[in-house]
Amino acid sequence: MTIPSSTRFLEEVREFVTTHAVQAGFNEMTVEQMKMAVDEACTNVIEHSYRGQSGQPIDISIHVDPEKLVVVIRDKGTEFDRKTYVEPDLVQFAKSKKSGGFGVHIMHKLMDAVEYRHHGGFNECLMTKMRA
Amino acid sequence: MSNFSVGFRSSGHIQILDLKGELDAHTASELEAAIQKCQRDNLVHILINGSNLMYISSAGLGVFMAYIEEVREAGGDIKIAALQPKVFNVFDLLGFPMLFDIVDSEVDALGKFEPSNA
Repeated sequence: MTIPSSTRFLEEVREFVTTHAVQAGFNEMTVEQMKMAVDEACTNVIEHSYRGQSGQPIDISIHVDPEKLVVVIRDKGTEFDRKTYVEPDLVQFAKSKKSGGFGVHIMHKLMDAVEYRHHGGFNECLMTKMRA
Repeated sequence: MSNFSVGFRSSGHIQILDLKGELDAHTASELEAAIQKCQRDNLVHILINGSNLMYISSAGLGVFMAYIEEVREAGGDIKIAALQPKVFNVFDLLGFPMLFDIVDSEVDALGKFEPSNA
């Protein structure tokens, strides 16, 4: 599916992931985890890659095989720089009154693998969940 | 259309916010507005009832984090009650029980607030 870069479409993305993950036979808890990881990834694309600019395309595709489910999220915005990413600390965050920065942390906790690629003018985030 | 809403109730000096629906980067501003309204009204003893909260992402968690220190500095607290297990798992994943009072029921949460001096 393709959505414009606006948070109002996140709900549709979650429904899309849920439908395909359930069809692929994943249990409810795992479906919840994948749904959230994809929500966080798309939110990051909207807020960071496209810097809040609405109307830019985000492609979400789901690939299922006997061993795993892979979600691929593609955008044409600014590339995610892993070098500048610092793992957030909850207590420090609350003290500094910051409210964001946990999306990437959550994606890594919930998925078995998270990989970033940049080619052909696209950023790609690949998130893999293995079958138990 | 948003599928998230906040209901307001009170029990003595405690302001109860009933969260309903899905809390994500799109709807987090509604929770933020609700907490800001409490602050404007000098209501700093805030109880979040999550029994009808079906989903939360980091954007929703971020609202709690952004306001907890301010509310505590004002002598109050944000306590969270009655979360569905799948929603609690998300709070737990990020270590929220270390920072927030998260309890099983609204009654338990009410009992944890200081009695009113008024």
